[in-house]
Amino acid sequence: MSVRVEAPIVAGAEERTVAVWQGRVRMRVVSKGRGPALVFFHGPWGLTWDPFLDELAESFTVYAPEHPGTTPEAHDDIYHLDGLWDLVLCYDELLETLGIHNAAFVGHSFGGMIACEVAAAYPDRVRRLAMIAPLGFWRDPDHIVNWMMLEPGALRAHIFRDPDGEAARRMFPRSDAQDAAATAARIRLMWAMGTTGKFIWPIPDKGLKKRIHRVKAPTLLLWGREDRLVPVAYADEFTRRLPGARVQIVDAAGHVPHLEQTTAVVGVLREFLTQ
Amino acid sequence: MKISAFHLMPYRELPADFEQRYESVWVTPPWWELADARRVGQYYNWTLDELSYAAKCGFDGVCTNEHHQNAYGFMPSPNLMGSVLARATNGMNVAIVQMGATLPTSNPPLRVAEEYAMLDCISGGRLVAGLPLGSPMDVNLCYGITPMEHRERYREAVELTLKAWQAREIFSWNGRYFQLATVNLWPRPIQEPHPPVWIPGSGSISTFDFAVEHDVCYCFLSYSGARSAKTMMDGYWRVVAEKGRDLNPYRAGFLQLVVVAENDARAEEKYARHVEYFYHKCLHVPAMWFSPPGNQDYRSLVATMSNPVRRAENPKTLRYRDFVEKGFVIAGSPATVRDRLKEEVIKGLRVGNLMVLLQIGSMPHELALENIELFGREVLPGLRGVWEDEGWVNHWWPERLRQRAGALAAGIAAGGA
Repeated sequence: MSVRVEAPIVAGAEERTVAVWQGRVRMRVVSKGRGPALVFFHGPWGLTWDPFLDELAESFTVYAPEHPGTTPEAHDDIYHLDGLWDLVLCYDELLETLGIHNAAFVGHSFGGMIACEVAAAYPDRVRRLAMIAPLGFWRDPDHIVNWMMLEPGALRAHIFRDPDGEAARRMFPRSDAQDAAATAARIRLMWAMGTTGKFIWPIPDKGLKKRIHRVKAPTLLLWGREDRLVPVAYADEFTRRLPGARVQIVDAAGHVPHLEQTTAVVGVLREFLTQ
Repeated sequence: MKISAFHLMPYRELPADFEQRYESVWVTPPWWELADARRVGQYYNWTLDELSYAAKCGFDGVCTNEHHQNAYGFMPSPNLMGSVLARATNGMNVAIVQMGATLPTSNPPLRVAEEYAMLDCISGGRLVAGLPLGSPMDVNLCYGITPMEHRERYREAVELTLKAWQAREIFSWNGRYFQLATVNLWPRPIQEPHPPVWIPGSGSISTFDFAVEHDVCYCFLSYSGARSAKTMMDGYWRVVAEKGRDLNPYRAGFLQLVVVAENDARAEEKYARHVEYFYHKCLHVPAMWFSPPGNQDYRSLVATMSNPVRRAENPKTLRYRDFVEKGFVIAGSPATVRDRLKEEVIKGLRVGNLMVLLQIGSMPHELALENIELFGREVLPGLRGVWEDEGWVNHWWPERLRQRAGALAAGIAAGGA
């Protein structure tokens, strides 16, 4: 195949690929910054190193692993995992290999759910847990739109408050672009949705409600007020089960408040995670 | 040549503005607004009557298939239909071609192995066992199977099915998706080692590989005619050759929409609106739904996204004459239809097992019967002998039904193969 489908290299970051699961699952970890360890679990559209992670890296040593299957040249590794239990164990092995025994966890959307699952399975690995618009629950009246079924234009409009804004332009190639970079970006988005979707199809409630009580770390929930994918109402599902969890609603943001209101979100996170 | 009548069982009376008013014909069309159960009962009976009539008109096989939650073709259980047809055609040289029950939506998939064995027993060994992967709309959207697991489940289910039909001993199946401690199928099919297997596909390269490796008949179920299928089918034949199989045309099946009338002009008068209904309403599905993320493996995804080969034409912008001109539908007098089928489809794509869709969209019962009768009387006889001079044996047809075109051919094959 002539198309190279790789996430852009990040200036000043270190990359290493860790093989877990008896060597069968390779996960690239991008790390940058100084300060206490922070593990970032990316959402359903793959890892892109953006200004949000750069700003976090000013206060923390950010470790951003790629979800299995989204690491370049390791696409088929995803087929070695059967379900959520396997995935959580992979993260445990990954953190062990990286020597991260107690860190701040930050997760977005799908990644928020995975951060929470890892925190429930291994409560001592997590010092503080921050989830940005996490998945994990289902309420019939508060329908979560299945973004995997949306046309690219509609997908963009569901993720971002402003589908034409700068953050949206960074994630999506122009709809009329046919060059190799645009094709590579489309492939990356599709495959990231497929490999993450494997763990949440067709309804993203995979039993977190039975396990979330095990989380010991202080918890923060951040939600864009205008989230069109996972309604803000879902914050209640988390706070009901995690008494003491704090909720911060972010104005003028959709499903990606950290990309749309970066400075505000980083400010809240910095304050919460350094307490 | 074997020629079978295919039926989708569409809803024939959708409103004129259906595609403007509703999101999709599949998954989400509102039953209570659009349909009526008594009317649907009539449709099922018409469908059975139309296929039974095709059997009487000399077709070699009758085909049904499985789909869910839609007005495009809704036989959620093709085996219910197949069993009526098996019974109704006893004593006739007609194959019951199930195209078929979808393994990934049957849990355990052994259910399909059992029902197919029942059909083979009821029909006296006339079953063709289609083992479709199932469409993403059916399997992922309606039946909740994770797109990334769809093909893996399917492949495991195919292996399980083949073994369940043939195993002489009781066995255990400790699979990734299915675990069964005691597999001992009752009944087993009459045909040994098992009924002929057809695998329908829509051009995905991984399905070519799978079909050729298993030495089964690959069927391209297309609504876009032979011209747009040419590249794809050439790709299939390349895989056949690469993997060292012979170029037996019976390794390939193809579905073609056909309407026949006294002459070309009459065909347009009689069928134009039904053809347009089919392409405009019955195929009204958001493009993304055909390929949810993860449904294609990475290799196929890169191939598809990197070569948006001539973007598939939007059929909503086309009218009857376009469909005919482009070969989506082969239409006209018996001579026109016969010649186009022979040149474009049978010879052009190298197809030995042809399926024709003769009830199309809103086409009413009486007109469907006319189309079937005329095709059977005036078209079919002229096509039956197409491959005979080359002497191939249709290993993918029930053995007891192979005869018709066979005696001479078998001799040549034995001498020449």
